[in-house]
Amino acid sequence: MAATTNSNSTTPLGGPDDDLAQQLEGSSAPADASFRALAHVAGVLVLLVLGLITYTMASRSTDALRHMGLDFFFTKRWSPPDQLYGILSYIFGTVYTAVIALTLAVPVSLGIALFITQVAPRWLRGAMTYVIDLLAVVPSVVFGLWGVLVLSKHITGLYGWLSRTFHGWPVLGTIFGPNPQGKSFLTAGIILAVMITPIIVSLSREVIETTPQFEKEAALALGATRWEMIRGSVLPHSKGGLVGAVMLGLGRAMGETIAVALVIGSATGSITLNALAPGNSMPAVITAEWGEADALKKSALIAMAMTLFVMTIVVNIAATTIVNRSMRKSRGER
Amino acid sequence: MNAIAPDLTAKGGWRTAKNHLMELLMFLAFLLILVPLVFVLGTVVTKGAGIVFRDFPAWFTTTVPIVSRRKGPGMGPAIVGTIVITAFASVLAIPLGILGAVYLHEYGKQSRLARTVRFLSNVMTGVPSIVMGLFIYVVFTLRFGLSGLGGSLALACLMLPVVIRSTEEMLRLVPDHLREASYALGTRKGRTVLTVVLPTALPGVVSGSLLAVARAAGETAPLLFTIGAAKTFNWNVFSGPNTTLSYQIFGNAGATLPGPIERGWGAAFTLVAIAFIFTVLARVITKAYQRRR
Repeated sequence: MAATTNSNSTTPLGGPDDDLAQQLEGSSAPADASFRALAHVAGVLVLLVLGLITYTMASRSTDALRHMGLDFFFTKRWSPPDQLYGILSYIFGTVYTAVIALTLAVPVSLGIALFITQVAPRWLRGAMTYVIDLLAVVPSVVFGLWGVLVLSKHITGLYGWLSRTFHGWPVLGTIFGPNPQGKSFLTAGIILAVMITPIIVSLSREVIETTPQFEKEAALALGATRWEMIRGSVLPHSKGGLVGAVMLGLGRAMGETIAVALVIGSATGSITLNALAPGNSMPAVITAEWGEADALKKSALIAMAMTLFVMTIVVNIAATTIVNRSMRKSRGER
Repeated sequence: MNAIAPDLTAKGGWRTAKNHLMELLMFLAFLLILVPLVFVLGTVVTKGAGIVFRDFPAWFTTTVPIVSRRKGPGMGPAIVGTIVITAFASVLAIPLGILGAVYLHEYGKQSRLARTVRFLSNVMTGVPSIVMGLFIYVVFTLRFGLSGLGGSLALACLMLPVVIRSTEEMLRLVPDHLREASYALGTRKGRTVLTVVLPTALPGVVSGSLLAVARAAGETAPLLFTIGAAKTFNWNVFSGPNTTLSYQIFGNAGATLPGPIERGWGAAFTLVAIAFIFTVLARVITKAYQRRR
């Protein structure tokens, strides 16, 4: 804020000092103004791109949406030869794999974030953060390659055991259902969990680190153990931000394409809670079917991308709002 | 730390035990995530490095076999494609991203427009890469055909918000007294930004941008609709179909024959190596910067 007032105070320089001022400034008023304008344009570019995405995708979707009506969203029959495009099972697959991923990733990520920030000795923190960041660097297609050539082949034994063991149990019997496949919702969920863990860890760490030192010390001074301090001071303080971090992970999981496309099993119309069954997700279908698509099918695939875009944007807006609010609160602003 | 918090309750033993149990669980969470990391990287290195070095230097210099079930190298065109497409995306996204961050932190600050841009660029980091790909397909590829440029545009859209975010973080770390000293010498704002603020933040900006580049080099989904499927060298990012390592990995991942699978692992090793070089570079720059301060 102070900077702004200072910059204004440079303009009234005038008179005999003009030359000197010119020399010192080294740039003229027009140059300054054009730099300012350039920066503004770059800033507004973000709005422009998001606006264009929404507009172009929406206008390209209309053919398919007009053809199918609301059945596009609420039926699961996807049969291009019959010109039937219902994406319900793909919406289900997208959400279900993301939920599996969160179920696996959230406890692990929070554990790691708490360990790095509260428990680990100082010298270990940097190394652990580095290792987690390494995971974020591995491209999703490499996870996909590993998933399809290694994981999905070797995990069938475990799946068979899960399916047999929990047969007939109330909830687990449904989730670990019959006919386990190596390429399935669960395999996709596992790969996604690995991929979103670094995102959730780094955001959670940021949020957790905003806990004021005195609140933690107050808990410890009252005789709390470290875990009681975490439960009593750190977690209540960072609850909102952690929810936001998890939701950003959810958004990322829903939009992840390549790794999921390779391991989900590409089954059409599969709506089942059996996590061991093959299914499909919206991004995976778009990748797989784009190549041989005619105009109407392309429109349907773009409409599917639009649906995905809207879902992830809604999740992201909610998450960003929650994180921002909790960060502001922890800084003591309103 | 616990030493300063004496146990005052009768159930002290249980509380300490629970504390240790929870700490152990947190540590186990860390070990658990190491398992896939070690497995994935281990497999990529053991299966991929052998292929790359067995076929050295043909791996880097020959074209992708036209008949994909054939055994043998190479990945030359994909390596070239990855480099030129990512490089051009960086040329577009990094300067614009830095300028965008300059707008947010130096000009817009807390104005309504700046807050909107800041919020939406956070949201934009979450736009799925496949959506970016289709967007560029609609606005660019339909008109101008398949080329590396389409891929670069899609990657640039993905990189832009990441660069804006990391750069703004870094601008925030530049102390205000540096700006004020510059203004006191009569320097205009634009020149202050260019000669004082950005150079001070430069190491952080560079390392943030390198991470964005590393991420972009591994992207696949946005390229599927935009760059075509070349098997020969194409250094020209502006015209003609191109290919990338990520694209080749994806294409070979569905294969069942040993030839393409070998090439898939080799390409994965090459891609991971490229991404790691950028990440390590970013680390080194950050470290050197911290030491200087």
